[in-house]
Amino acid sequence: MSVSAPRGLASSGQKLITEILHPLSAAEEQLSPGPDVSSSSSSSSSVGGGKQEPGLTNGTPVEMSNPAPASQLLNRLQLDDDLDADAQDLTETRDLFVTVDDPKKHVSTMETYITYRVSTKTTRIEFDLPEYSVRRRYQDFDWLRTKLEDSQPTHLIPPLPEKFVMKGVVDRFSEDFVETRMKALDKFLKRVADHPVLSFNPHLNAFLTAKDLNKRQGLALLTKVGESVKQVAGGYKLRPRPVEFCAMGEYLDTFSQKLGTLDRIAQRILKEQSEYLTELREYGAVYSSWAGSEEQLQRPLEGVAGCVTTCCGALEDASENMSQDFLPVLREYVLYIESMKNVLRKRDQTQAEYEGRLEAAILHKQEDRTPIPVEVERCQDKVECFNADLKADWERWQRNKRQDFKQLLTGMADKNINYYEKCQAAWESLITVLQDKQTEDKTSETN
Amino acid sequence: MAEDGKEESVASSCDGSDRTEPDGSLNHTVPGDGSSLLRRMEICVAEAERRSGKNAVGMQETFTVYLIETRLLESVDGRNPPPDSLWRRYSEFELLRNYLIVTYPFIVMPPLPEKRAEFVWHKLSADNMDPDFVERRRVGLENFLLRVASHPVLSNDKILYHFLTKEHGWKEMVYETEFQAKADSRLRALNATFRVRSPNKPLMETKHYSDELQSHTSQLLRARTRVADRLYAVYKVHGNYGRVFSEWSAIEKEMGDGLQSAGHHMDAYAASIDDILEEEEHYADQLKEYLFYAEALRAVCRKHELTQFELEMASQDLVSKKQQREELATGIVRTFSFKGMTNKLFGQEAPEQREARLNLLEELIAEGEEAVKDKTAECEEYVERAWADVLRFKDQKDKDLQEALINYAHMQISMCKKGIQIWSNARECFLKM
Repeated sequence: MSVSAPRGLASSGQKLITEILHPLSAAEEQLSPGPDVSSSSSSSSSVGGGKQEPGLTNGTPVEMSNPAPASQLLNRLQLDDDLDADAQDLTETRDLFVTVDDPKKHVSTMETYITYRVSTKTTRIEFDLPEYSVRRRYQDFDWLRTKLEDSQPTHLIPPLPEKFVMKGVVDRFSEDFVETRMKALDKFLKRVADHPVLSFNPHLNAFLTAKDLNKRQGLALLTKVGESVKQVAGGYKLRPRPVEFCAMGEYLDTFSQKLGTLDRIAQRILKEQSEYLTELREYGAVYSSWAGSEEQLQRPLEGVAGCVTTCCGALEDASENMSQDFLPVLREYVLYIESMKNVLRKRDQTQAEYEGRLEAAILHKQEDRTPIPVEVERCQDKVECFNADLKADWERWQRNKRQDFKQLLTGMADKNINYYEKCQAAWESLITVLQDKQTEDKTSETN
Repeated sequence: MAEDGKEESVASSCDGSDRTEPDGSLNHTVPGDGSSLLRRMEICVAEAERRSGKNAVGMQETFTVYLIETRLLESVDGRNPPPDSLWRRYSEFELLRNYLIVTYPFIVMPPLPEKRAEFVWHKLSADNMDPDFVERRRVGLENFLLRVASHPVLSNDKILYHFLTKEHGWKEMVYETEFQAKADSRLRALNATFRVRSPNKPLMETKHYSDELQSHTSQLLRARTRVADRLYAVYKVHGNYGRVFSEWSAIEKEMGDGLQSAGHHMDAYAASIDDILEEEEHYADQLKEYLFYAEALRAVCRKHELTQFELEMASQDLVSKKQQREELATGIVRTFSFKGMTNKLFGQEAPEQREARLNLLEELIAEGEEAVKDKTAECEEYVERAWADVLRFKDQKDKDLQEALINYAHMQISMCKKGIQIWSNARECFLKM
C-alpha cells in the first residue's frame, strides 16, 4: 500500500503541492524588510477575507492609509480557496527554507540538555550567507517566540511544544520524547519562516545565523508598533467586539472544546488498545501451549499462535503512531488557540484605547475646529493594523489548520488500514499452509 | 478401523440447502458398512419453541422444546417417504445420552451443548431463554444427533432409533432397560479412588491427554472471552469520534461535509463489532464441544481402570483362596492367618471339618477362576473396543479442529477486510475535507 504521509506532519514548511501560505508572495514583501508601522502592514492586511470594508463596524469611518498599488492588484488576483494557486505562488517564490533535526545530548557539570541543528537555506538579502547551520536548544526557541510575540503583537505566533515536563513522569531524554519535541520545533520554525511578516523579524535572523545566541542583550530593533502596543494601558473600558472577531472568538472556544474531546477519545482508544493487546498476547500463548500436547494439530495451532503474535506487533506499531504523531498535533493546536485568544484580547485592548481616546477627544473639541489629535489618529492606525494583520493571519491559520487536520486524520485512517492489511496478510498465509496440509492429509489417507 | 473413521461424513440436510458436516469433512463413500443410521435417514433439529406446562411437582414452568425431523432416504414402493417429526426437551436428550453412556461405556460419547451459558463475554446474554442461546443450542443438539447417528456402533441402537421416531412412550422404554441402576453404580465407582497395578498403557496415556485437552480448551475459551470484551471496547469507543466529528463539522465551512460523512463511518465501525463477535460464538461452540469431548474421553479411560481394577481384585482373591487351599492341604502355614493361629493355640481341627472346608474352598476357587476368566475377557474386550473408538475419536478431533481453525482464520480475514473498507471510506471523506 502507499506510504502514508512522512512522519513529520507537514507544517507549511514542507514542499507539498497542497501547501498553503500567506496569499501575498514573498517577492512583494522583500521591499519592506521589517514589519514597519503603517504602509506595508496595511497593504498586507487588505488581502484575504475578501472583505471590501476593512473598517471597524461600530460605524466610525476609518481612512485607510494608502495601500501600495501593486499589492492592491495582487489582492484582486487573490482567491481565498484556490489552494493550487497559492501553492504555485509558494514554490515559485519561497526563498527561506529552515529545518530542525539531529538532536544531540550535551552533558556538563551544571546540567544536561539537548540541542538541535537548525539549518537555513536562503536567497534573501537580509542574510549574509546563503546557508547556515547552528545548534539551538529549547530555551533558544522559547526566547525567539517571546521576542516575536513582543515585537509582533498583532500577529499570531505559532506555538511551541510544552515547556515543562514533570521529571520522573516523562523522560526528557527518551528517544520518543525528543523526537516528538523536535518535530514540533521544526513545525514552529517552518511556520515562522513561511510567514510573510514574521520571517523578516530580525530576531529570527539572529536565531538562524548567530553562532552564539546572546539572549540577554535584547536586540534594539523594537518596532514602533511593538512599543506602542505594549504601552497600552489597561485602564480603557472594553468595547463590544466587531462581529468578525466575535465569530473568531466563538469559533476558537468551540474548536478548542472539540480538540479536547478528540484528545480524550484518542487517549481512551490507546488505553483500550493496550488492554486488548495484553489479553491478545495471553490468548496467543494458550495456542502455543496447546500445540505442545498435540501431534497432527501442532502445526495448525502454532500457526494460529504465530498469526496472533503478528497481529500484536501490528497493533503495537499502530498505537505508537497514534501517541507520537496524532496526539501531539492536537495538543499543539490547543496551545495555538490559547495564544490566538490572547492576541484577540490584545486587539480588544487596542480598540478600547482608541475609542476611549476618540471619545475624550471629541468631548474636548466641541467648539474647536482643530482636527483630531495625532495620538488618536495613531491609535486609529494601530487598531486598523491590528485588525488587518489579525484577519490575514486568521485566514492563513484557517487554511493551515484545514491542511494539518486533513493530513492528521488521513494519516490516522492510513495507520488503521495498514494495521488491518498486516493482520489480513498473516491470516491469509496461515490458511494457505493449513489448506495445503489438509490436502496432504487427504492424499496420504487414500494411499 | 479406518472405515469407521469415515462413517460420520454423510451430509444431512432437511431444508435441501447444502450444509457442511459437524466435522466439516466431505462425503466419502464407505465400502461394506451400511449400518450407520444416517445413511438410511435424514435427521435435523429444525426448530425451537417455548412451551408452558406443569412439571412433576405440579408447578407451572416454561421450557423449550426442539423439533426433530426425520425422513427415510430409501423410497418405499417408488415413492419418497414423508418426513416425520416430533418434539423433544433438552432433558430428554440428556436421558438418551446417559442411557448411551451406560450401555456403551467404551465409546467416547458425543457431548450435548452446554446446559447453561458459560465463558460468556460481557455483552453476550447468559440467559437460557435468550433467543441466540436457544438457536445455538438447537444447532448443538442437531450436531449431537448427527454424530450419534453416524457412529458405527451407536447408530444401531434401538433406543436411539425410537428417540427419533417415537414421541410418546419413549421415556418408559428407556427406563425399562434398567440402565438407571447401572448408571448410579457406575458414577459411584468412577468417582472412587483406586490404584491399578498394570493398566493398559495406551489408554493411560490417553487419559493424560484428555486432561491436557480439557485444560487447554478451557484456557482458550476463557482467554477468548477476555479478548472479545476488550476488542468490543476498542470498537465502541471509536463511536465517540462519530459524535465529535458531527459536532465539529457544525462550526466548519469547507471541512464540514467531509467531517460529517467521516463521522458516519466511525459509527459504522463501532457497530461492526457486534456481528463480528456474534460470528465468533460459533468458533467458541466448536471449542466447547471438544472441551466436553475431553471429559467423555477421560470417562472411557477411567472405565477401563475400573474394569482392570476389578480384574486385579478378582485375581487377588483367587490367589489368596488358592493359598488357603494349599495351606489347608499341606498344613504348612505360609502366611499369617487367624485359622493358623487358632490351630497352633487350640490344636488342629478334625479331619471331617477340614474336608468340608477344603471342598468349599474348591468350589469357591472354581467360581473364582470362572470369574477371573470372565473378567479378563471383559477387560480385553473393553480395551479392544475402547481403543478402536479412541483412534476414531482422535482422527475426528484432528479433522474437526483443523477445520475450526481454518474457519477462525477466515473470520479474522473477514474482520480485517471490513475494517479496511470502513477506514478507506473514512479516508475518502477526510481527503474531501
